[in-house]
Amino acid sequence: MNKVVKRTYSYYFLIPAAVIYLVIFILPTVMSFFFSMTRWTLAEWEFIGFQNFATFFQEQSLSIGFRNTFVYAVVTCGLKVVLGLLLGVFLTSGLKTKGYLRSVVFFPTLVSTIAVGIAFGMMMHPTQGLLNTALAAVGIPGPDWLGNVRIALLSVALVDVWKGVGFATVIYIAGIMSIPEEYSEALQIDGGNAFDKFWNIIVPLSRPATNAVIILAFIGGLRSFDLIWTMTKGGPGFATDLIASIIYKQYQAGFYGLSTAGNVILFLFVTLLVYPLTMYLNRKEVDL
Amino acid sequence: MSRKLRTFGIEAVAVLLSVAIFWVPLYFVFVNALKDSKEASELTIDWPSSIHLWSNVKEVVTARDFMLVRAFYNSAALTVLSIVVLVFVCAMAAFVMQRRQDRFTPWITFFVLAGLIIPPSIVPTIWVLDGIGLFKTMTGIVSVEVALGISFATLLYRNFMASIPREIDEAAIMDGCGGFRLFFGMILPLLQPVTATIVVTSSVTIFNDFTNPLYFFPGSKNATVQLTLYNFMSQFVSQYNLLFMNILLITIPPLLLFIFFNKKIVAGMTAGSVKG
Repeated sequence: MNKVVKRTYSYYFLIPAAVIYLVIFILPTVMSFFFSMTRWTLAEWEFIGFQNFATFFQEQSLSIGFRNTFVYAVVTCGLKVVLGLLLGVFLTSGLKTKGYLRSVVFFPTLVSTIAVGIAFGMMMHPTQGLLNTALAAVGIPGPDWLGNVRIALLSVALVDVWKGVGFATVIYIAGIMSIPEEYSEALQIDGGNAFDKFWNIIVPLSRPATNAVIILAFIGGLRSFDLIWTMTKGGPGFATDLIASIIYKQYQAGFYGLSTAGNVILFLFVTLLVYPLTMYLNRKEVDL
Repeated sequence: MSRKLRTFGIEAVAVLLSVAIFWVPLYFVFVNALKDSKEASELTIDWPSSIHLWSNVKEVVTARDFMLVRAFYNSAALTVLSIVVLVFVCAMAAFVMQRRQDRFTPWITFFVLAGLIIPPSIVPTIWVLDGIGLFKTMTGIVSVEVALGISFATLLYRNFMASIPREIDEAAIMDGCGGFRLFFGMILPLLQPVTATIVVTSSVTIFNDFTNPLYFFPGSKNATVQLTLYNFMSQFVSQYNLLFMNILLITIPPLLLFIFFNKKIVAGMTAGSVKG
């Protein structure tokens, strides 16, 4: 049988995927380690060692990207977990309108990020925007959402959550629906209320869903580019610059070596944060 | 009775909140796409005093020498080509990855998983594409989209393959069926539910992609709809109505997809995303 297996499930089947993946994805990733240490014009390169990295860490306009990227990823990921869980619980209870609500919450996931960014950019206009007009109507002076250095990053993060929470919710819905009924029956016999059910059954037993949401949202947050770029272009100043937007700015300016160094830093940043996180989450996972 | 009243109250509040949070932004875009430029610049959600639907559509479509039409053509071609390649290439890879277990299997899985985490390195990719003559070409951007989509699609396919009984393979092998006939004749059709999921999710992702066309498919001839919208943002800076009309037009394809596949998308997402 072994020979038949080898012949039937031949590695030839892997070749098309492997060629595209290796040439377009793995090769550039490997090469980026070399090119990050060069002054590079695409046609020629000059080896300069770790100079690009030194520049990255020394210049405030570049190193600000670390802090922002981290804050952005933590805020978006945290809100998606909390809101996704709450919405997931709400939308798996016996609501009549749950079909409608599920669709509505999920829809923004499908709309283009650029379109969302432009629309919310207009709604966050400090004086004319919908948000502040509404706030003014109830007597609250709204902030300059995207122009205020201190809150601009959070404003964009909120829009990111608006767009992405539907995906987290769907994952939670699947996770919660796979929890066997017996647990809540047992809890009912013991006289537990809705809060007990949420805290002692749903939260611990939807752990696989939580892990999936955390990992996906966190990686997504660390790598995000298009929403920030449409809404603020990294401004005001460098207040909302993420590593990914810095990579683009350096690329646009023709600093290919520096841009690639940014890529390597992002790669290391993501790996160093996500790998231990995955290990930690997997260890704590419980079996149903 | 009071319990019933309470659940009704909760549902009413939920529906109202959903209108405020999710419908108002959509309505905002829609209503401003119908206005003239002066009214749209006020950025309100008031109903327009006169409706400029067709004139706005005409202006957006004809802007910059029918750029939007070309962009729609490019985006459609990019999406369709990428998905066709993605489906065949990933289904084949997943078939062997799931059926054949030997000492290479963990390594292959590791490499595929890495693609979900590693951010693509931009300029070296341009350098590679340029080196093989595919930079700024449709083939080039299609290979980028495929390369970046391989991990997700292959893992979905591999998980689903596990639910297809091996007896089918064995019966086919007994009858003298080779690997290729087994795969294309029997396995690929059986993978259809997960293929549907991949087609829907990947087409939305690729159609809405902004970053990759921005880097790997530059030039006005090559514009995709997302790039057009982004470029129009500076061109229509005083004509918000046209900007909103553009948003509206490019949201129609995902909207249609959503309406037709709503149930399937959510079901497929759940099948693929939480697999233990």
